[in-house]
Amino acid sequence: MALILSVLEQGMIYGILALGVYITYKILDFPDLTVDGSFPFGAAITVRIISSSTIPPILILPIAFLAGALVGMCTGLIHVKLKVRDLLSGIIMMTGLYTINLWIAGSAYVPIFNKESIFDNAFINGIFTGALADFKTVLIIFVIMLVAKYLLDWYMHTKSGFLLRAVGDNDTIVTSLGVDKGLVKIVGLSIANGLVALSGCIYAQQQRGFEISIGTGAVVIGLASVIIGTSIFKHATFLRVTSGVIIGSILYKACVALAMFAGIDANAIKLITATLFLVILVVSMDRKRGK
Amino acid sequence: MLELVNISKNYNPGSVNELCLFKDFNLTIEGGEFVSVVGSNGSGKTSMLNIICGSIDVDGGKILVGGQDITPRKDYIRQRRIGRVYQDPAKGTCPAMTILENLSLADNKGKPYNLGRGVNKARTEAYREMLRPLNLGLEDKLGVQVGSLSGGQRQALALLMATMTPIDFLILDEHTAALDPKTAEIIMELTDRVVREKKVTTIMVTHNLRYAVEYGTRLLMMHEGKVILDKAGAQKKQLDTEEIMGIFNRISVECGN
Repeated sequence: MALILSVLEQGMIYGILALGVYITYKILDFPDLTVDGSFPFGAAITVRIISSSTIPPILILPIAFLAGALVGMCTGLIHVKLKVRDLLSGIIMMTGLYTINLWIAGSAYVPIFNKESIFDNAFINGIFTGALADFKTVLIIFVIMLVAKYLLDWYMHTKSGFLLRAVGDNDTIVTSLGVDKGLVKIVGLSIANGLVALSGCIYAQQQRGFEISIGTGAVVIGLASVIIGTSIFKHATFLRVTSGVIIGSILYKACVALAMFAGIDANAIKLITATLFLVILVVSMDRKRGK
Repeated sequence: MLELVNISKNYNPGSVNELCLFKDFNLTIEGGEFVSVVGSNGSGKTSMLNIICGSIDVDGGKILVGGQDITPRKDYIRQRRIGRVYQDPAKGTCPAMTILENLSLADNKGKPYNLGRGVNKARTEAYREMLRPLNLGLEDKLGVQVGSLSGGQRQALALLMATMTPIDFLILDEHTAALDPKTAEIIMELTDRVVREKKVTTIMVTHNLRYAVEYGTRLLMMHEGKVILDKAGAQKKQLDTEEIMGIFNRISVECGN
């Protein structure tokens, strides 16, 4: 039971990250490695705010989103204005953020036990009592995940969202429409990294702490989730792609949990991640959209 | 009115592959003209269109629209008043979006792309009316992804999208070249109708000499970055395909291809 709950919690938290990766990888066709920096960035900001102020934890969510959006904007500006290649723009931001995250958090490991969080405050503890208390975390994550997903679905159907979809599809047409395609890319990267940082923010509160190493491989988890989600539910018309991506993330976390459950050495986790990702890629044959 | 004044353009400056395409190139196109442009490969036809649209920068000279210098303006700003259809049908539409979404995108050109709903349901019927005269059955496929349409259908849609909102110029870059002869004919007739209805100044680059002779009010032949033949009005009406073909072959032979 605890294992299933843990898979669902982690799966949905990383599902929000996967929504961000979905924007960059699938919609913008931009391999964005900023994610490895913006995920812990969201977490670092969260532990810093929680341990040094009395801002209500719920407000930290939009703060983390905006901070992540700012980071995404920097990646976009480096790529569009300074004309640095997409992959390199992400690597530059990811590397720089490592230090910035350490500065913000204070050290490589910062616990936030006994502090108020979105999962642990007077209001929430008042609602979830008795047997419900076990499901508190998973339900709260579920609600936040749903809000994030529906907001993204809504955005994708606005005029601005149409442009975002168009720029990855065929950027010539964005220019034809009289719009600066660079600007649209920057907006897309901002939203994507905002979601990633939001995911990092929830992760830090669920894990009750920040660890610098959580960023390593975050983008791989995101990509694996997106690829599982989009290839399994390719023909399911009743599901939106965004739902597929989140389910993909839960499935991915379930696979990792299964491997751990089978008694594989905890130190081997990254190797398992990499192998699993390779298998998913080969099976789904989605290495690159051939045009 | 569009004026290209003393345009010069070099490709790969400073290298052994340096190529001077335009040197003091001048061209004036009056408002309402439908200009067909022919010429061999490398004669500068497409480069000229790219220069007008801002897709490539010039090394010297000015581009004037209605007397106003637009040379420093970025491509996307210039294209707010230009409609362009490319040779590749994939360039004028978004394959992963539906016909309705594509038309909605194009319909909003010139207005802000904000957080309003992407598809305006009230316009759906108007879109159907626009698609019906094409006789391609697209009016019943509004929810279909454009990527699954044929090249001809996509090109018809691209033409419609390029001319939906008010524009100063319509730029057609060999827009029938990738289509089969029958579809090309349909698209060409559609083009002619759109240009007449909207009375929009049009520049059409084509390799089809017959289209160049049959359609339009003015014909230009380009060779090595120069206009070598320029016939408008009554003079153009007297031209026939054979004659143009003769001139075309003569310059090609001189050129050695």
